[in-house]
Amino acid sequence: MAIFIQQLINGLTLGSIYGLIAIGYTMVFGIIGMVNFAHGDVFMVSAFIALLLFIVATTLFGFGIVPALFLVLVLGMLITGLWNWTIERTAYRPLRGSFRLAPLISAIGMSILLSNLIQVIQGPRNKPVPPMFTQVLPLFEENGYTVGIGYKQIVIMVVTAVLLGMFWYIVQKTPLGRAQRACEQDQKMAALLGIDVDKTISLTFVLGAALAAVAGVMYIMYYGVINFSDGFVPGVKAFTAAVLGGIGSLPGAVIGGLLIGLIETMWSAYFSIDYKDVAAFSILAITLVFLPTGLLGRPEVEKV
Amino acid sequence: MKQATHSPSSDAFNLVQALKDAGFAGMVTFGLCVPIVAFRAEQDMANKLVLQQRWWMALVITGLVIVSRLLFSLHQHSRRNDHAHQKSAAFAGILEQIKPFLAPLGFGFITIYPLVMLAMHGPGGSIKWIDNFGIQILIYVMLGWGLNIVVGLAGLLDLGYVAFYAVGAYSYALIATKVIPETFPFLGVWAFWICLPISGLLAALWGILLGFPVLRLRGDYLAIVTLAFGEIIRLVLINWVDFSNGYAGLSSIPRPSFFGIPFNASDTGFAAVFNLEFSPIYRTIFLYYVILVLSLMTAYVTLKLRRLPVGRAWEALREDEIACRSLGINTTITKLTAFAIGAMFGGFAGCFFAARQGFISPESFVFHESAQILAIVVLGGMGSLFGVVVASIALVGGIEILRELDFLKEVFGPTFDPSQYRMLVFGVAMVLMMLWKPRGLISTRDPSMIYKERKAISGSMVQEGHG
Repeated sequence: MAIFIQQLINGLTLGSIYGLIAIGYTMVFGIIGMVNFAHGDVFMVSAFIALLLFIVATTLFGFGIVPALFLVLVLGMLITGLWNWTIERTAYRPLRGSFRLAPLISAIGMSILLSNLIQVIQGPRNKPVPPMFTQVLPLFEENGYTVGIGYKQIVIMVVTAVLLGMFWYIVQKTPLGRAQRACEQDQKMAALLGIDVDKTISLTFVLGAALAAVAGVMYIMYYGVINFSDGFVPGVKAFTAAVLGGIGSLPGAVIGGLLIGLIETMWSAYFSIDYKDVAAFSILAITLVFLPTGLLGRPEVEKV
Repeated sequence: MKQATHSPSSDAFNLVQALKDAGFAGMVTFGLCVPIVAFRAEQDMANKLVLQQRWWMALVITGLVIVSRLLFSLHQHSRRNDHAHQKSAAFAGILEQIKPFLAPLGFGFITIYPLVMLAMHGPGGSIKWIDNFGIQILIYVMLGWGLNIVVGLAGLLDLGYVAFYAVGAYSYALIATKVIPETFPFLGVWAFWICLPISGLLAALWGILLGFPVLRLRGDYLAIVTLAFGEIIRLVLINWVDFSNGYAGLSSIPRPSFFGIPFNASDTGFAAVFNLEFSPIYRTIFLYYVILVLSLMTAYVTLKLRRLPVGRAWEALREDEIACRSLGINTTITKLTAFAIGAMFGGFAGCFFAARQGFISPESFVFHESAQILAIVVLGGMGSLFGVVVASIALVGGIEILRELDFLKEVFGPTFDPSQYRMLVFGVAMVLMMLWKPRGLISTRDPSMIYKERKAISGSMVQEGHG
């Protein structure tokens, strides 16, 4: 039981990181029906931005860890948003309305471009991040095994929850969110009603990137290391999470992310750590065979 | 920023607007560069990150972007005034005239390519040109043609094609290094020729196995499940060490023989039998012709299948699944045959790959390979066999060329290593080619049935990826 609860905590922490990335996939898919393959690499770039900003803030300006992290979070979201805005503008927008696979290939190219760009300008070696919030808050003890929740796990879950709340508010209550949901349902109609569709799509990319940037900050805090090739696996898993939750559905992405995180940690704890990714992908395949639109996805209506 | 092309364009070049655009692009670029380029974190002796500042680099990149944005504006302006349409029409006319000669000429060239290289570079120097360019490109042509059956003809988006390539490669490697020496040692020299059909069949079997559960899925769901399958197969190959030797991979895989005559320096070897001086070049040339024949076989089968009921059913399925079903086409069988036949050619290519390398490991079967094969198919212009060839030469050959740019070292100093920019250039090229030709290089195709007169079908009439 104690191990189970410990794994539950670890799984939820990991799952919130996947959930944050998954939102970026699901929003873009919802609005333009495109699998943004470069999103995992945008997440990796954001982690590098966070790492560099953190070092700049602590060494050049002498900030403490908490104000530095806050600054990194805000600036990281802005700069990653700018990155994704530029990517959308240069690589995806000219292909809008073109045939379906063109943006997908462009996104795959963009993903290769981003990871290799970081390799060239930041070097191929792993970048270790100074450890922070290393204390662990003990919760209870059972048979000599102490269940604890790390301070950084608390930080990750709290920040994720707060930002998801803000994000939910933006999508549900603000004009921008309304425009975004309108474009998702019917772009032509939204345009007729005076919504700037291009701008809304750009902002969707910016929002998705901002959440990926949060995930990037959390990732380097949790794992303490980042490498130029670290975008692919979390990216694929987050995409898996988005599909599992029902692609296009925002709560689905978060639930899918938490599920993938839990499956991964539970499988590593009870079965085999080598096959944790196999487990995550197999469960994805099985879910889709029985629930072809994911957990919360709208069933597709075939029109003739 | 971007002007609509049909806007009333004045003949005068709008310098102010162009400068504004360039300035904006420069500002954005500088913003992008601020943390990522201007700073670099490098480990010191104590493995702590130390900051280096490189503002000059950020400024250089910004300057380059401003200049290229200005040039782009100028180019757009000149294109608007230049009646580019007439030019391209004239070009198309020329193309139409030389078209009948293109196929035999190209075919002739690939047939004599190794001999031309041999004559130009001698036995030692030509290995690089035949192996790195010829064989490498032909492997991707074959994989592209195989995937083309699944994506281009049947319209099923498969992001895990490399899995079948891996199945073929591991089938050959395992059978030739474990099964044959233990049970039928006298078949040793024939290993490749025996395993080639087996690898293809095993890959086809896996195609059916993997295809079966995903038949109900559509479009992007299909894509992600095939991606997941590709990753699962790779992860199993990494982790099931007893079976596949894990990360270390399988080595000393027997090389193909010249129909029973091995390529070695012994008295019964190829060189001795044909009274030639021993040289590794014979094997390379032989391998070139093997993959050439294999890929031509793929093309031949594809062309024939397109005229058979099953091929027509694939193309019908790509266009409209519901219409297909209402016409009584069994979509399950149709999709499974596409998966199986596509996988089979992947398996052949994998078997050849293992035999050519003599060593395989899971590293060769990463998602990036699937992406590259898919990029070749899409860039070639879905469903066009000739397009796949052009795209393979551009992408694979282009990457190989980048290995050869040693003269850049003299320009940028001896520490400059062009090979580390290889994949960066590849990514940029993929994006730019897609922007330039979203429908692929060859976007028209010949109809498979002709009624009265021959009409070219524009690629824009073709739907893809909805299966």
